[in-house]
Amino acid sequence: MGNYQYTIWILILPFAAFLFTGILSGKLKPSFTAAISIGAIGIATVLSYFAAIQYFFLNASESYTAIEAASFTWYRLSDTLVIDMGILIDSISVMMLVVITTVSLMVHIYSTGYMKGDDGYARYFTFLSLFSFAMLGLVLATNLIQIYVFWELVGLSSYLLIGHYYQKPSAVAAAKKAFIVTRFADLGFLIGILMLSYYTGTFSFSEITDPNGPLITQTIGGVFLGLSTLTWAMILVFMGGAGKSAMFPFHIWLPDAMEGPTPISALIHAATMVVAGVFLVARMFTVYSLAAPEALEVIAFIGAFTSLFAALIAITQTDIKKILAYSTISQIGYMMMALGVSGYSGEAGLGFTASMFHLFTHAFFKALLFLGAGSIIHAVHSNEMKDMGNLRKHLPATHITFLIATLAISGIPPFSGFFSKDEILAAAYASNKLYFAVEYLVAGLTAFYMFRLYFKVFWGKERTYENIQESPASMTIPLWILAFGTLFAGFLPFSHLVTTDGIPFDTHFHWNIALPSVGIALAGIFIAAALYKKESARSQKIAASLGAFYSVTKEKFYVDEIYIFITKKIIFNLISMPVVWFDRHIVDGFMNLTGNTTVALSFRIRKFQSGNIHQYALVFLTGILIATLFYLFYYPN
Amino acid sequence: MLTYNLNILLLVPIMTLAGIVLVKDTRNARIVTAIGMSVQLLLVFVLLYMYMAERNAGNIDEVLFYQDFTWYESLNIRYSIGVDGIAVGLIVLTGIVVFAGVFASWLMKDLVKEFFFWLILLVTGVFGFFISLDLFIMFMFFELAVIPMYLLIGIWGTGPKEYSAMKLTLMLMGASAILLVGILGIYFNSAPDGGALTFNILEISKVNIPIDAQRFFFPMVFVGFGVISALFPFHTWSPDGHASAPTAVSMLHAGVLMKLGGYGVLKVAIYLLPDAASEMATFFLIFVTIGVIYGALSAVMQRDLKYINAYSSVSHVGLILFGLLMLTKTALNGAVLQMISHGLITALFFGLIGMIYGRTHTRMVSEMSGLLKVMPFLSVAYVIAGLASLGMPGLSGFVAELPIFVGAFSHPEPFYRVITVIAISSIVVAAVYILRVIAKMLMEKVKEEANNKLTDAKWYEKISVISLLLFIVAIGLVPFWLSEMIMTSLEPIIRRLN
Repeated sequence: MGNYQYTIWILILPFAAFLFTGILSGKLKPSFTAAISIGAIGIATVLSYFAAIQYFFLNASESYTAIEAASFTWYRLSDTLVIDMGILIDSISVMMLVVITTVSLMVHIYSTGYMKGDDGYARYFTFLSLFSFAMLGLVLATNLIQIYVFWELVGLSSYLLIGHYYQKPSAVAAAKKAFIVTRFADLGFLIGILMLSYYTGTFSFSEITDPNGPLITQTIGGVFLGLSTLTWAMILVFMGGAGKSAMFPFHIWLPDAMEGPTPISALIHAATMVVAGVFLVARMFTVYSLAAPEALEVIAFIGAFTSLFAALIAITQTDIKKILAYSTISQIGYMMMALGVSGYSGEAGLGFTASMFHLFTHAFFKALLFLGAGSIIHAVHSNEMKDMGNLRKHLPATHITFLIATLAISGIPPFSGFFSKDEILAAAYASNKLYFAVEYLVAGLTAFYMFRLYFKVFWGKERTYENIQESPASMTIPLWILAFGTLFAGFLPFSHLVTTDGIPFDTHFHWNIALPSVGIALAGIFIAAALYKKESARSQKIAASLGAFYSVTKEKFYVDEIYIFITKKIIFNLISMPVVWFDRHIVDGFMNLTGNTTVALSFRIRKFQSGNIHQYALVFLTGILIATLFYLFYYPN
Repeated sequence: MLTYNLNILLLVPIMTLAGIVLVKDTRNARIVTAIGMSVQLLLVFVLLYMYMAERNAGNIDEVLFYQDFTWYESLNIRYSIGVDGIAVGLIVLTGIVVFAGVFASWLMKDLVKEFFFWLILLVTGVFGFFISLDLFIMFMFFELAVIPMYLLIGIWGTGPKEYSAMKLTLMLMGASAILLVGILGIYFNSAPDGGALTFNILEISKVNIPIDAQRFFFPMVFVGFGVISALFPFHTWSPDGHASAPTAVSMLHAGVLMKLGGYGVLKVAIYLLPDAASEMATFFLIFVTIGVIYGALSAVMQRDLKYINAYSSVSHVGLILFGLLMLTKTALNGAVLQMISHGLITALFFGLIGMIYGRTHTRMVSEMSGLLKVMPFLSVAYVIAGLASLGMPGLSGFVAELPIFVGAFSHPEPFYRVITVIAISSIVVAAVYILRVIAKMLMEKVKEEANNKLTDAKWYEKISVISLLLFIVAIGLVPFWLSEMIMTSLEPIIRRLN
């Protein structure tokens, strides 16, 4: 144990920076706004590292336990159900603190160069602070509602930052799409939360994920369509995670989100927010593993399928950020699959450890790849690979750091990606050979498409560039720092730090898996080198020979078109339009009919009130006559 | 100990009315109104403070600041007033919305004196409604709030204003007639064991009205109050009425008047007829749930800003009735929070729509673009209102809707959980129609040449917008003071239900 109360400042500082610069927006100098944001995240970074060292290395006991560093009641829903806001310190949250603050700080510094001269410079940094706050709050959450609150806030900051260039129609559309797709997925998350709280009467993670708690030890709820209610709830929770982490079929928003500024893609859409879904599953892992194994199977399947699906698409894309986006989807698929095949406690929990390890290393090398891509785009003013070539001559620092990250993601030792991918493959091998085969293939595909990108951009034919030069130090220094992380993050003894039950275990190196996986990665690299190192017609010929398969992958398997069909044709035209018609013509029509009938009726009745004495006299006499006749007939005696 | 005289909440509007009548210049009429409503807002906060101080001091009376005068002895109609936490919350809402509404109609040109006169008369009715504890007096104030609406829309409105005003008034009057029968039904059954009949809510709440009478009169009271809360299928007055109404009237109507219905359902239908409420909730929930999802789906296809917001209100006010009919403490708490939250959000929306319309002279979403560049203040406020409306945490919409959903979902009947899921899905649809407007109207480049010269908010508009925004954020970030205040006052109602 120990005192972690200072961690509250990790949340307060970015939030204060957001409020301060947001309220005074327009009154502060943009550079001052940036300085405040950087200062806030800088201190938060120091505190996060301090917390990590204190938690992992100054901890005397054998195992890691969860500690509630702070907690206060936000508001009460009923006498028993309470929403708290607090800070939960455990191995995955501390690990995430390190990832988030490091990448966020790098992106902050990098952005001072990348966004220089942008109209929305101050606004950009304000939202960056908001994002950092929300993301840190998400991983520190002590309960389901708190995580949902920050979950929505990261979604909001993602929306605001994708739409940074709000005058550009494609950016506006991408921001809207990202928000609505994830919002739809969050619907599942919210319903899942309601189901869990209904059965447990609490939102608190420590109670829900307690391995000896009632949710796990007792069977609760009924059975629906062959699965227990709890399994359904956990699948719904995963639906939220799948939305944020861009798992199939919710992946469609992430490639479009590349419309945002590139440092944002590095921070939000590569290293931190998109892995929130993985984090969520990890956070609830005890429940998944011990009480809802069917839900875990779903996760493994979705993860494996998505990793293959996205890797195939990545091969045919031509926009460097889109390639990286599909690569991110594929790598997150890896992490999800690893969680899905993991068991609980000890070495059975290797998948869990491997997933967190890959999340950690991926954050470094993928952020590095995106920031490198940003540096390239900054230099050549284009996202398309056809405008690039032979850039290693012009951008030496970008080139070296980009190569390091490419080697890491391809799984070449001794770069960090090699170690984490090896553990994932080992976990898959131990549990499900089919998933292992898929991920093995994906490892080769990854090496291929990443080196396709690398060779096309840094080698190949020289293009005509306008006064091209290497990016300023504010951009290259973060590249070097992340490259340093990419080089050494793989040597962390992760199974001693992050495990399913907090008890460290030893992993041994899996030569039988490592050697073939390096082999397939090298094969991918060699094919890519043969095809793309020198510009030639060979790649086009192969593409042409693949025919329909090539075009289907290039069109991303037409998933976007299916979505458009469902929303525009079905929801708008077949549901909303009829509802509007019904409202205007039936419901309102009935009201108008009532009104008009009344008016028509009163026009008739009005004639009785004509003011004409003769008419009154006539009516009067007729009435008397009828009454008399009635009287005579009814009472004949 | 100093006590709060609730009559002052009526006195200030009445003095304001007198001031409006007395001043000659139209310019002075709006200044008198602004001063009057500022004082009123201040007094509302004093009430809030004193109410909370009194509760903290340990006063556990059902209502505070109670006063009682005989008004019409032979029928036992009494002028009894007093407030609980729910009423205080809604009085605060009213104070803020009226204050913002007056500043939003600063540039009113035609018949200024008359406009403000009817507006403040309406407001007087609303304040009276919330402080009264006698059903008869309550009904009178209710009518006082509804009738000026006809003139305000019919004279100062836009578009097919006579039609809209007529439709609105007739539908609300029709509902009032049913409501009156319901109230009289309660009155004639208020002393089943003999003794004097009474209109007093506190006294009726101590007796059990015979179940047959409850079954007969609950639907009347519920529908009577429900129509003004846009209960499906009696909601069609709302889009037309709001679209035709001038800005301040839309703000007040959607912001406050639609809440009179929810308040009435809670304090009269549910509190006084609890057994029938439990029996019949399921039946009415079907209509309410249809309204929630139906309003949202209709809003998606609308092109006029006011129609979008009107249908959105049908959906969000539907959630109030939805929460109320769940009859659990959590959901009731959420329903009351939603009354306040939606009141603030929709008033902000209608205020902003009025301000944008005043500049662009169109309310068609397709005829505007890129406004964020030319009027950043109004646009940012619109975005925040939109986020609050779609339930973004940190703003009031989320803290109001969450308890409704949690409370509804914790009902043991599976049917309730199914309709809760249907109702929750409306928040996704809300994201669609709100973000669509933001994307089309505020983002991208300014396509209409003339819009490049538009100016941003003036000082009086800023006062109006900021006062509403401040409370949306305050409730969203720190909800416990409000929810505690409401929750304590829900106790007597919950006790009656069990």
